[in-house]
Amino acid sequence: MISLAHYIVLGAVLFCTAVAGLFINRKNVIVLLMSIELMLLAVNMNFVAFSRFLGDVSGQVFVFFILTVAAAEAAIGLAILVLLFRNRSTINIADIDSMKG
Amino acid sequence: MNLQLFQLICFYAFAAVTVVSALSVISLKNTVHAVLALVLTFFSAACLWMLADAEFLALALIVVYVGAVMVLFLFVVMMLDIDQEKIREGFVKFLPVGLIVAVVMLVEMLGLIGVRAMGAQVMGANPATAAGLSNTAWLGHALYTDYLLPFEVAALILTVGVVAAVALTLRNRGDARYESPAKQVRVDPRTRVRLVKMAASRPDEPAASPTPDSQEPRP
Repeated sequence: MISLAHYIVLGAVLFCTAVAGLFINRKNVIVLLMSIELMLLAVNMNFVAFSRFLGDVSGQVFVFFILTVAAAEAAIGLAILVLLFRNRSTINIADIDSMKG
Repeated sequence: MNLQLFQLICFYAFAAVTVVSALSVISLKNTVHAVLALVLTFFSAACLWMLADAEFLALALIVVYVGAVMVLFLFVVMMLDIDQEKIREGFVKFLPVGLIVAVVMLVEMLGLIGVRAMGAQVMGANPATAAGLSNTAWLGHALYTDYLLPFEVAALILTVGVVAAVALTLRNRGDARYESPAKQVRVDPRTRVRLVKMAASRPDEPAASPTPDSQEPRP
């Protein structure tokens, strides 16, 4: 029988995978964006599971809003990426250091 | 077969696909393949949500994410000309750090949330069905009553996102020819057509026997 722990553990595994992806793909901005999408998916998984097991609709409503914001974020992030590639001809993070942060 | 056992088997199958494809997202060499692996991750996650009776969100995940966002990712990845070798350098260097951080985080999380206590909390009756509604109606009632203002703010965010994405990538090319509707509307007929008063004149009578020298070239 599926328990709450199944979904929570799966969400934790997905989240840690995404964190590892952020660490090992330090050069590729596209993979970094995809890792962020994976993190959002892990969080959404927790929301759906808690909504189902507590019988509360608010969790699913929140997932709806996260999907909305993530779609807008992906669109703007990819637009910035295209702009970056057009101006600098690279998406390597190590080359994008003109702000000297 | 027992239904609950079947659900459990389905959960493990979809969860395995999700985790394996998520791992391939972060480790595949070709970025296009990584995007396709992410599509598979979202798809199997949607199947898992459907197992948890969140049908509307599962379908929204497929339509919005697999249908729109991932295609956008694919477009961008294929449009950019990326040097695959250069982008991969540092992969091996950061691999141990990433693995250690991820494993430590996972262990901490699992210890923190108390897996055993949550394992006792098994899936009960579907709350939407208990309320006599489908999942979509259940979600829709909450969305259009209690969460109406956040819902409209979400619509505003999407609109701002679209405008920002277009405004960021739009550029004026010097060699492109396009018409400006504002200028077209503001055109005044008096600046385009000039009526000139001229005295009326009668054309010359054609000669009876035209000679070559009478046919002068018109100016």
